Amino acid sequence: MTDLLKLSGVHTHIGRYHILQGIDLAVPQGQVTMLLGRNGAGKTTTLRTIMGLWQASSGEITLGGTRIESLATPDIARLGVGYVPESMAVFSDLTVKENLVLAARDAAMDDRQLEWIFGFFPALRRFWLSRAGSLSGGQKQMLSIARAIIEPRKLLLIDEPTKGLAPAIVMALIECLKEIKRKGATILLVEQNFFAARELGDSVLVMDNGTIVHRGEMAALAADVPLQERLLGLSLEAHQ
Amino acid sequence: MTELAASDPLPKPKRDLAPILLPVALALAMIPLVGSPSTWLTLTAASLAMGMMIFIMASGLTLVFGLMDVLNFGHGAFIAVGAYVATLVFAPFAASVQADSLWLNLAVLAPAALLSMAVSGALGLVVERVLILPVYGQHLKQILMTTGGLIVAEQTLYALWGPQIIPMPLPASLRGSFILGDVAIAKYRVLAMLIGLAVFVAIQLVLNRTKLGLLIRAGVENREMVEALGYRIRRLFLGVFMTGSALAGLGGVMWALYREQVHASMSDELTVLIFVVVIIGGLGSIGGCFIGAILVAMVANYGGFLVPKLALVSNILLMVAVLMWRPRGLYAVTSR
Repeated sequence: MTDLLKLSGVHTHIGRYHILQGIDLAVPQGQVTMLLGRNGAGKTTTLRTIMGLWQASSGEITLGGTRIESLATPDIARLGVGYVPESMAVFSDLTVKENLVLAARDAAMDDRQLEWIFGFFPALRRFWLSRAGSLSGGQKQMLSIARAIIEPRKLLLIDEPTKGLAPAIVMALIECLKEIKRKGATILLVEQNFFAARELGDSVLVMDNGTIVHRGEMAALAADVPLQERLLGLSLEAHQ
Repeated sequence: MTELAASDPLPKPKRDLAPILLPVALALAMIPLVGSPSTWLTLTAASLAMGMMIFIMASGLTLVFGLMDVLNFGHGAFIAVGAYVATLVFAPFAASVQADSLWLNLAVLAPAALLSMAVSGALGLVVERVLILPVYGQHLKQILMTTGGLIVAEQTLYALWGPQIIPMPLPASLRGSFILGDVAIAKYRVLAMLIGLAVFVAIQLVLNRTKLGLLIRAGVENREMVEALGYRIRRLFLGVFMTGSALAGLGGVMWALYREQVHASMSDELTVLIFVVVIIGGLGSIGGCFIGAILVAMVANYGGFLVPKLALVSNILLMVAVLMWRPRGLYAVTSR
């Protein structure tokens, strides 16, 4: 399987802090790669560096063979990278429809894709003309994900989509992400919910102190409780 | 397929009418205090006209604040430059300006206003590229750079036009008043109200009915996410900055005609008013800016009539009162 995204020796400084300290990782095409780690390990910084929101100080980032580490964020997005930030970042003053119109960029929204999204997120159809700011937290997360998939993207970077959501909504989001995965999407997913990680992940990367300290199959990590405790401080079961 | 929280009740978006009703309530409350209905009508018309002129000047600044997070203390320079550029058109066509023909007057006024907007907009391009671009995200440096830019602009105007006040008489057909019973409303004030309303409607249409407007509104709220969706927001910044500068130029022409004079430091008296309007309106909110401008003008006019000694501090008191009521302004837009 070819790697769609590769990071080699990537360092990122934010102010005087050295956050990413030589990241090497690969995200295979068509797979869901989980990025796990304790708080402050550098997971969000990794996604933001890939997206160009924070500039890598050194190292190489390639997307489908194209170097992107020095590109501006809009250019990276236009290469086909969708980003769902931890904060959801829906435009609360805009309606659900307007949020998706912006996400569709130059193209008109594809009706079939929209129907597919409504299949998962019927709330978005119901509140189509409501201000996004009036949606619940779960509905905002749906909108944030819908915004990332309204157009076909080569790669999705998703940062803790289940954070702070009710269990029922978490289950539904997992189903949605599974369906996106079945359609062949390549996803780099940061997640603290290990149940979600186990359900979705093909491969796994574990970060600590700005470096990758483990890489392997998600199923193997899920089955190895001592390894989980060593890498993450807690076992998967403790996080369900 | 799961019904993802679709059953969750959605709170109906509340229509926040309180800020809209505020100027109405203020105007009505002034009726018994002012006493004479005709004086009240005159003061109200003066407030609306003054408010519209301030709105035109402040609207660009509020978008620049909200979208770009730029503290532009040099916004007043565009006002003065706009006014001076208009004198360049008015001077050679003084006869047409004073002719008793509306069309002849407009034939000078319209090109003067357009040229002022073009020059102020072009100056905005230079200021954004030279002064603002190196200091994005650094508020203290923005204040220093733009204040410095304002001083340079004022001194350049002094050097080019001299320190004297330049008269800028109203065109003949805009002099005088419309008489309704015992109420006199100056013709120019009516024109100022119409232009202000037209600018407000145009901005609202662009913001609410076009994709460009969607981008501006989204950018005011979260610039980073707009970029992550693939839009080059720096170009949008530049366009908004130039538009804001051009509107300040238009406001400068209108204010100069209102005062019937131009001088290099004319923006000094306006800068405080404009900042008060932008702050009480809510950074980045055009609707808030519109209401804030009317409130500021009402307080200045009613206050000046009822308690002249209070006029010096009335706008600051208004700002304190509004911010105590709504600390992020009448209509908070940005999360900053």
